[in-house]
Amino acid sequence: MEELALHILDIAENSIRAGARTIEIEVAEDLQQDRLLITIRDNGKGMDKRTLRHALDPFFTTKPNKRVGLGLPLLAAAARQAGGDIAIRSKRGAGTEVEAAFQYSHVDRQPLGNLAATMEALIIGNPDVDFRLVHRSPKGVKQLDTRNIRAALDGAPINSIEGIRRVKQSMEEHGWR
Amino acid sequence: MAKLTISELQKLREKLAQERQTREGNARGQIIIHMGTCGIAAGARKVLTALLEAMDKQNVRDVIVSTSGCAGMCSKEPMATVQLPQQAPVKYISLNEEKIVRILNEHLLQGNVVKEFALAVGSERMG
Repeated sequence: MEELALHILDIAENSIRAGARTIEIEVAEDLQQDRLLITIRDNGKGMDKRTLRHALDPFFTTKPNKRVGLGLPLLAAAARQAGGDIAIRSKRGAGTEVEAAFQYSHVDRQPLGNLAATMEALIIGNPDVDFRLVHRSPKGVKQLDTRNIRAALDGAPINSIEGIRRVKQSMEEHGWR
Repeated sequence: MAKLTISELQKLREKLAQERQTREGNARGQIIIHMGTCGIAAGARKVLTALLEAMDKQNVRDVIVSTSGCAGMCSKEPMATVQLPQQAPVKYISLNEEKIVRILNEHLLQGNVVKEFALAVGSERMG
């Protein structure tokens, strides 16, 4: 992965495969504490104890016919190489929260990258899931909520051309493009 | 406003019918971009962005775009599956921004499989 926004896309895709209907993504750039924090919280089926214990093992997966599961191990590696770490909180039936911390100024910290393209991919690829993004940075707080986009669409699917345009417009209005 | 001619009315009718198709789920076709870890690492997001931009530019209103997980052929990513009504799905491999626009124009809009990028014909398996 070249950028943190791609990790966010990947972890949120995991949430969707776990049956999440709502996914909250928070990106906090805290320059005073020299820290970048990414949190992905979902209301999917959650992990049992064994899955949680092995979640960072690249040779562990819950998918049938697969031998590797690289999403979380890659994010963990990206955090650890940048002076940070990863924490996963999950319970069967109670959703999952993944929190990755990075030293903001670390030379090996990947760039945040294109959050707008990540959100577009998530929203348009998963029209039945609600996404909320909060991005805190020294420039201020930016927020996106698909429930607002949906309300403005007047019944058209969010992955229709009207939906795609509205998502893009929304990202632009919030200063992501 | 100038009077509409019969042919203009017909065009308007077709346009609105197409828009209605999307709303009612009767799309011309569906394209699924594989968005597993392997796909994302290989550039699937760029491929999806290019597809959406082309659809927006050309005002394509009746193609459904969605995403899926890894299809089990990680070395062939980025991949996409195109499905037209009453036809077997076609998987495309090793995609980039230019290839996906060709697939949109030639397969989804004109019904011609872009054989040079296609892997095989078969059903989608959700991972």
